[in-house]
Amino acid sequence: MALLVVEDLHKRYGREEVLRGISLELEKGETKVIIGPSGTGKSTLLRCINRLTEPDRGRIWLDGVEVTSPRTNIYRIRSQIGFVFQDFNLFTHLTALDNVALGLIRVKRVPKREARERALRELERVGLADKADAYPAQLSGGQQQRVSIARALAMDPKLILFDEPTSALDPELIGEVLEVMIELAEGGMTMLVVTHEMGFARAVADEIIFMEHGVIVEQGPPEVLFTNPRVPRTAEFLRKITEFYGKSG
Amino acid sequence: MNLLFKWEWLPDLGKGLTLTVELTAACISIGAVLGFLLAVARIYTRGPLYWLASAYVQFFRGTPLLVQLFMVHFGLAGLGLRLTPLLSGIIAMGLNTAAYQAEYFRGAIQAVKRGQTLAALSLGMTRWQAILYVVLPQALRLVLPAWSNELVYMLKYTSIVYLIGLPDLTGVGRTIASRNFRFFEVYAVVALIYLALVLLVTMALRGLERRIRVPGLGTAR
Amino acid sequence: MSLSDWNTLVQGVPTLLSGLWVNVQILLGLIALGFVLGILIALVQVYSPKVPAALAVGYEWFFRGVPEMVLLLLIYFGLRQFHVPITPFIAAVIALGLRSSAYQSQIFRGAIQAVGERQMQAALSIGMTRLQAIRYVILPQALRLSIPPWSNEFSSVLKDTTLASAIGVIEVFRKARFIVGRNYALALPAFMLVALFFLVLTYLGNWLLGVLERRYRIPGFEMRGAGERF
Repeated sequence: MALLVVEDLHKRYGREEVLRGISLELEKGETKVIIGPSGTGKSTLLRCINRLTEPDRGRIWLDGVEVTSPRTNIYRIRSQIGFVFQDFNLFTHLTALDNVALGLIRVKRVPKREARERALRELERVGLADKADAYPAQLSGGQQQRVSIARALAMDPKLILFDEPTSALDPELIGEVLEVMIELAEGGMTMLVVTHEMGFARAVADEIIFMEHGVIVEQGPPEVLFTNPRVPRTAEFLRKITEFYGKSG
Repeated sequence: MNLLFKWEWLPDLGKGLTLTVELTAACISIGAVLGFLLAVARIYTRGPLYWLASAYVQFFRGTPLLVQLFMVHFGLAGLGLRLTPLLSGIIAMGLNTAAYQAEYFRGAIQAVKRGQTLAALSLGMTRWQAILYVVLPQALRLVLPAWSNELVYMLKYTSIVYLIGLPDLTGVGRTIASRNFRFFEVYAVVALIYLALVLLVTMALRGLERRIRVPGLGTAR
Repeated sequence: MSLSDWNTLVQGVPTLLSGLWVNVQILLGLIALGFVLGILIALVQVYSPKVPAALAVGYEWFFRGVPEMVLLLLIYFGLRQFHVPITPFIAAVIALGLRSSAYQSQIFRGAIQAVGERQMQAALSIGMTRLQAIRYVILPQALRLSIPPWSNEFSSVLKDTTLASAIGVIEVFRKARFIVGRNYALALPAFMLVALFFLVLTYLGNWLLGVLERRYRIPGFEMRGAGERF
């Protein structure tokens, strides 16, 4: 069984059906990138996977444990799934170091000293050890996003979900975040990434998933999707997004 | 626990209610005029007038209204100036709310953007014309939410005047309650009457706020 | 006013100060009660299901709409009527504390909402329970945001402790009235003195809260609110 299995996921908000039967699988160590026009349910899909949003129908397994079962300890599941938000959502009142350490201390019950040592190592990993004592408001957007990646990494996640991690960043700050993400992907982390950064998708994705109107239109390896998509709509979207964001992402 | 409330007590409570409303209206009006002058003094003047206005605001905001009421009623009497309880009540509460209203006016006037005054001056208006025709119409709208709160606050706080012998709603309630040993019932009814009054005033002021709202002009809160 | 009048007033200062200490005790009691209840009410309003949330809104509305004086009379004399052995002091702490809890809950609710749902989501995403998220992420921020409006509530209830005199608590204002009752010439200076005591306490309190606010300010994060009278 794959590390992550999503089966026939449905979600509606009022009259709008945001997810209409999404199924996907992610093997350990794989990186998959979800692309598609905004408002097509990509973020909702990610939020359903760790049940920050409750899906209406469908089942999800993580490493053989059913996430959607009411008997599952959802807090334990969430601590095993990293989540990187579009607008970082660092804890405003805590330093970078404490942001990374908080989950270790309160959720994993790691002793404080140990947790802070671990947190510092994770900050080093994203190149921000020197900013350990800075508060979020004192960091640039790119730095904040790297801290939030460190916060996810510190929990030793089996999987990290990225919800448009670079969309809120000024163009000159996008590179530093993508660099960290590429390193993670190459280091064998399992990642599901919603993004418009096609350069990133080409470089590290094992598979690209094109989503629109709550369904998966097409999925496949980047070389296939970029050069020879099966569905015309995929080609059209890829052309537009490449024009808009540029080739390199 | 048997409860007893006689309907024949209501007319007297009604009279008390009338006094409460009159007292509130009187002190709020005095406070609005005086408060506005204080705000203007604190924004547009320097020197003694500014310091006087500031000291006034500090004193009345920093000390208990109950003490202020007794200073006016008994303190002035000690100096030979005897005021009726009603007059003392109106003056003390008016002086007090003036200090608070001054701060709300000041905040609202200062919230009107500087460019508005500049634009008015550029048309050839005098400073006072600019204040009167441009700043104030905006500031008065901005101040309304805070001012509504103040009105409700004073409405409730007039309940202290029974301590200098005024038969307001609370005072009448106290008389009836102690005469019949029905404290709980009478005070509960008094509380409900205040609640209803507060609700009524709040809704009326909300309506007013909506009516005079100008698109694009934010509220003070 | 004669010299002997002044003498009487000066001799009254120690007893006035001992009365002021009672005001401080009422203040501490009512603030603590209002703080705990206020946070609970705010949390219920923001996070609980509809019915408890609506009840909490009703609670807040009731205690904000009834004059403090009436609450004092209702709770003290109302309970005495049913032979509940309650002292004026305790009645004052409860009545003023309940009222303050309604105002404080409004402050905390605003602050919790200002912290925002995203911080909650981030906390949940690392595996925290809702209670943990509230305890370690939401409240530490909300309490900081609350300090400026809370200072207003503080100065307000500080002055309102004098209302306790109406149900027989022997606090500073009541003691001043005793002094004045024996010598009417002292009315203005005695009440003025009480007023000055409160000015000093108000400044002291605001200074302390200012220190608190600076001590817990989050670097780089601006937060200031102008409050109204409560």
